[in-house]
Amino acid sequence: MSTTAETLSSDAPSPEAQEAASETDARGRLLAADGTPLKLSLARALRRQKLRALALVAPLLFFVLVSFIFPIGGMLLRSVQNDIVPDTLPRTIAALEDWDPASDVLPGEPAFAALYTDLVVATERKTHTRLGSRLNYAAGGYSSMLRKSGRLVADFHLDWFEKKVSRDWDEPEVFTALFGEGEGPAAQALPKTAAAYAAWAEEMREQGEDPAKEEPWDLVYAALVEDLRAGGPALTGYSGPQAELIAETLAKIGEYDPPSYTDAFIKSDKDWGDPDNWAIIHQLSGRYTSSYFLAAADLERNTDGEIVDKPEEESIYIFLFERTLFLSLTITFSCLLLGYPIAWLLSNLPLRISNLLLILVLLPFWTSLLVRTSAWIVLLQQEGVINDLLVSVGILSDSGRLQMMFNQTGTIIAMTHILLPFMILPLYSVMKTIKPNYLRAAKSLGATDWTAFWRVYFPNTVPGIGAGAILVFILSIGYYITPELVGGTEGVFISNRIAYHISSSLNWGLAAALASLLLIVVLALYWVYDRIVGIDNVKLG
Amino acid sequence: MKITHLLGATAIALVPLATLAEDLPPCDNCADTMTIVSWGGAYSSSQLKAYHEPYSKLTGVSIVNDESSNEAVAKLRAMAEAGNVSWDVVDVVASDAIRLCDEGLAREMDFNEELAAAPDGTSAEEDFGDLLVSDCFIPQIVYSTTFGYRTDVAEWNGREPDDICDVFDLENFPGKRSLEKRPINNMEWALLCDGVAKEDVYDVLETEEGQDRAFAKLDTIKDSVIWWSAGAETPQRLADGEAVMGSTYNGRLFSLIEEQGQPVKMLWDAQVFDLDGWIIPAGLPEDRLNRALHYIMFATDTQRLADQAKFISYGPARASSAPLVGKHADLGIDMAPHMPTDPANAKNTFLYNYEWWADYRDDLDAKFQAWIAK
Repeated sequence: MSTTAETLSSDAPSPEAQEAASETDARGRLLAADGTPLKLSLARALRRQKLRALALVAPLLFFVLVSFIFPIGGMLLRSVQNDIVPDTLPRTIAALEDWDPASDVLPGEPAFAALYTDLVVATERKTHTRLGSRLNYAAGGYSSMLRKSGRLVADFHLDWFEKKVSRDWDEPEVFTALFGEGEGPAAQALPKTAAAYAAWAEEMREQGEDPAKEEPWDLVYAALVEDLRAGGPALTGYSGPQAELIAETLAKIGEYDPPSYTDAFIKSDKDWGDPDNWAIIHQLSGRYTSSYFLAAADLERNTDGEIVDKPEEESIYIFLFERTLFLSLTITFSCLLLGYPIAWLLSNLPLRISNLLLILVLLPFWTSLLVRTSAWIVLLQQEGVINDLLVSVGILSDSGRLQMMFNQTGTIIAMTHILLPFMILPLYSVMKTIKPNYLRAAKSLGATDWTAFWRVYFPNTVPGIGAGAILVFILSIGYYITPELVGGTEGVFISNRIAYHISSSLNWGLAAALASLLLIVVLALYWVYDRIVGIDNVKLG
Repeated sequence: MKITHLLGATAIALVPLATLAEDLPPCDNCADTMTIVSWGGAYSSSQLKAYHEPYSKLTGVSIVNDESSNEAVAKLRAMAEAGNVSWDVVDVVASDAIRLCDEGLAREMDFNEELAAAPDGTSAEEDFGDLLVSDCFIPQIVYSTTFGYRTDVAEWNGREPDDICDVFDLENFPGKRSLEKRPINNMEWALLCDGVAKEDVYDVLETEEGQDRAFAKLDTIKDSVIWWSAGAETPQRLADGEAVMGSTYNGRLFSLIEEQGQPVKMLWDAQVFDLDGWIIPAGLPEDRLNRALHYIMFATDTQRLADQAKFISYGPARASSAPLVGKHADLGIDMAPHMPTDPANAKNTFLYNYEWWADYRDDLDAKFQAWIAK
């Protein structure tokens, strides 16, 4: 920012020019040398400057937008998105509108019939199992409920036509003959079937399939059953294509007695008979959901729609957030404790030695994170180098080996080591600028070593501490590889769960909600930090 | 076209491979590079030697290896959403294949059409048999998750574990156990050792009481467990003596015992069989799909599956490959006794229920992680 200000002032009219221009126009406005009003001329120059500055940062801005803001924003949006449920079960959700989930009775047959229709479409589009995995995040069992029902609905009505009437009914040609022409006699005799067939054919064409070669969805057969039952003169007197088959089927339709959808679904999986499972579908019917955020905060909605705490054996995230903050603070503090004297040494030793030391500080920085972490495992594990050494010199007995790895100690030690350079470097660059005269002056005025350090030197290093602490803290709060390897069960962070939900459980909504919460916590801490330390007091050099 | 041309030009160099090529039809309209995703390590190198190298030699195709299988599902989903799938053939475990198939991210196969028949003419579907657990998944190997234990633990006074329940017996077999940091397998073993009959395990595990029962059993050894999340951790801990017994994939233990000569033995009891194999991502452009199918046809034939067992101790997924399993390529030892499917090892095995876990994974995992953290 300061460079922009400098260039600005250098571009502003020089004193001579200003003097020459210190004339006023008729309305008493100051004029620039070229006769334009000074205010206008200045504003123009300023605008040009701003545009130039913007043009300079534009590539970076564009890069940050494209590679950071949009993807991260898109990812975080997933924490509230819930399109899959309303998109897959639109009719079921509409049918559930009047149903009271707290009533503890099953929804009626219309809801099951709507579920049948939705599931035929979903099964054909192969989205029913995806819906199953989404609903499984709320409660177990949906995956197989939907898988079994998917098999059920695929030939719910077709089965009867095929087995009891004629095998011809699963031939695509029959339907092409009936409805291929559009508004033929068949479409008049069987209006619902024609509409269902047209809708299906449209969908097939969209998918790039040829409807003349595919067996229609079961929905077409469901419509056929309705049409045949409705009867009517156009149907009884039908004489168009496939008239024989239609007449045969019409004669038999009285025998057709399919189970109710309710019974059929419950028979395919008894869990459909549990109102609680319907309550969850009802709860998740919106396009946006708070369920991921609730889960991320160890909360859930009960069947009455109230927000309640999760049972204790399932709550983990608040606990992990607290642990992450606690461990990150501990790591920051131990980095400061270890880094401060080193940074002091670095800035006060003769250049030759301090350069060597600096390389030692930076060397681990250039080594792969995994190598460093594994090295700590070798050193710290119970059969590791340090324990072996302590046992061989007799400090420890063989059965009393220290547990320094696969717990919080392991995480703190390994991460402190890994993050130490981020503390040392800002401290060093700040300490480098503190003039030794200050300390000498303090001492010559009678201060003890401690007073000179505490009252004069230390306050000058606070900006470096601030910078180092915030770097280490922010980095450690998002760490997950090292804790995963050395943290055992007590030393893992919230980021480990985020990584797990991103790459293993594929519950991206929950991962996004956890990440958003983490972001909010960090921003809140940043705000507190700004109030206490003051962000202007942070210096990297 | 380019491929057949290449083949002709290098026919002399290919004499030893000619026998491989005779059944493999030429590949029309096929891409000439492909990206194959696998697990890395010894497993990938066994595939490299058994499949990739002969295939490249035969066809001139250059194969790019990617070692991202452990996050294949997440990456494929992200790729599909971005509309740019850059992988051609992906090696995944069966449960991941089922998920990919469920999500429409993997291509459904026509097994009899698109896979080679057995040499005696048995159709591919029959040859793979029950192992075809998903329409999208072409099984390659049968592996098992099982235990290895150190043979030199002084406190055990010469006893050696021979029963899965010895894992839960801290009195006779004290020491750290290395277990996987997820509910799958651990919950089943806990119930088996809590007196549940093998066939009832999943029925019991479906109830709250059953889950509590499994956790209670695991609680008895919780303080002696070091959890692992990568398959290499248990062998490392066994070699260091950091753990006295631990679960991992049987191939990892094979290399620990036979190749590195560590004082470790296998505990095959209640080993849990699982499958690993190929899927082809959905929606590949035609030339890449043709190449992927051509490769799969070659790499999953009877001889190739048997060849892989020369390099790693996983059982070939085809029934017709079993008699062809020979000796280890470098060690020269007979591989058959090291296969999880060998009758001596498979006296008591546990069948992992994919569908059940697809239903309850999220639920139980939340409970498991909460249990582990406290």
